[in-house]
Amino acid sequence: MSLLTVENLEVCYGLIRAIKGVSFHVDEGEIVSLIGANGAGKTTIMHAVCNLIPKAAGTVSFMGNDITETAAHKLVPMGIAQVPEGRRIFQELTVAENLRLGAYTRSDKKEIEETREKMYERFPILKERAKQIAGTLSGGEQQMLAMSRALMSHPKLLLLDEPSMGLSPLYVNIIFDMIKQVNAEGTTVLLVEQNAKKALAIADRAYVLEIGKIARTGTGAELLADDSIRRAYLGD
Amino acid sequence: MSTLVNGLCLGGIYALIALGYTMVYGIAKMLNFAHGDIIMIGAYAIISTLSLTGNTLAAIIAAIIICTLLGVLTERLAYRPLRGASPLAVLITAIGVSYLLQSIAQLIFGAQSITVEIGSLNAVNVLGVSIPVSSLITLALCVVIMTALTLFITKTKLGCAMLAVSEDRAAAQLMGINTNMIITLTFAIGSALAAFASTFYLMQIPSATPTLGSMPGIKAFTAAVIGGIGSIPGAMIGGILLGVIEKFALSVPALAPYTTAIEFGLLIIILLVKPTGLLGKKRREKV
Repeated sequence: MSLLTVENLEVCYGLIRAIKGVSFHVDEGEIVSLIGANGAGKTTIMHAVCNLIPKAAGTVSFMGNDITETAAHKLVPMGIAQVPEGRRIFQELTVAENLRLGAYTRSDKKEIEETREKMYERFPILKERAKQIAGTLSGGEQQMLAMSRALMSHPKLLLLDEPSMGLSPLYVNIIFDMIKQVNAEGTTVLLVEQNAKKALAIADRAYVLEIGKIARTGTGAELLADDSIRRAYLGD
Repeated sequence: MSTLVNGLCLGGIYALIALGYTMVYGIAKMLNFAHGDIIMIGAYAIISTLSLTGNTLAAIIAAIIICTLLGVLTERLAYRPLRGASPLAVLITAIGVSYLLQSIAQLIFGAQSITVEIGSLNAVNVLGVSIPVSSLITLALCVVIMTALTLFITKTKLGCAMLAVSEDRAAAQLMGINTNMIITLTFAIGSALAAFASTFYLMQIPSATPTLGSMPGIKAFTAAVIGGIGSIPGAMIGGILLGVIEKFALSVPALAPYTTAIEFGLLIIILLVKPTGLLGKKRREKV
């Protein structure tokens, strides 16, 4: 069953049409990757799906409900969580407060506590630093926190925007392992990445975005084996 | 000693007003220049209710309700439609709202000052110094209000959400925080604090004119900038510092005529040394 369906999405910045009619869907249980060069419009799509920026045209539906015009903050209780590009953790708040805000729309104190313990189990470093101001964490730790914070809302669909950006190879592996694990536990994932190799390797299906349009689509393995994709995105 | 108490008392009033400026700036990213006029409306609300009922408590409660509603209303009608507009447009709108409120007050109450008698203004002896009861009440209530506000911001979920919105509005939305609601709440709190400020103001100077809010408004704004605009403890420290300096300057005959110059001079010096104010943080540009 299709969890997220985006149809003919268009986004304009002033007179410039940045996204020119993009359609894609994410089925329940999948990891779907959206790859493309810098400036292809990946982040713009993420922002438009969550209504952080206005759409010029197109529709978005989630679990059969039209969410084209649904305010960003109302999507969280519906089951959509986004880890934005650049992590955007609350630098001036503590690690624990960041996690608490991730569960802002939930009110069941005990279950929130349980979810937080799960996050701490996955990343013990977050528990160690619970009282620390989040801005003092390293880049990799901040990414762990950003992903844990998003998971605090118990999302059905997790949107990840460039989770590997600026991270050391060690942390990139940790983050991708976490994505796999989260998906195995039942969360559907839409992943936007510049690290095409990793993103394709992990994906059930993937879309290739070129200057505001979907240029190719296929399973992760198909695209990974494709010569033109390898030349354009994998540096072979 | 009595100068210090008077200074702390005035500082407390400045701090209450400065909190309104700084919270709205921190969360809505705008300078609400109509904030001083909320104090003026609060003062008229107190005077009118007092002349109708003769009950001081009822008058204060009426002022809090009217100021809060007014704050929320101006945000809804004047500022919300401009969300995302250039900061200059919002700033000019705020100045417009300021003049609008002053004109409305002048239409209703006239341009002449109206005097009022609030409670009993006896003095008590503390350690051999005579201090007005009103000053002590003001001081005590300022401490209580600021403690309550600090606890609300640091200990509750809503307070935490306010800090989140202040730091990164888009990221806060992605947490499911209704940022419009938080901004409305901020205006409501700031305006309620302004109502307390009007009460304490009238206890010091028991008369009101339509431009009553301008000077305390500007002084409190100065205090907020000295403390670091956007910083809540900064507004408290800046307000108290400015109040104490003002009263001490006034108590020295040679300095008294230059009091305002000294206060704004302090602002200039602090901004030269630390452009972000005492507790202000440099905001890192987001990449």
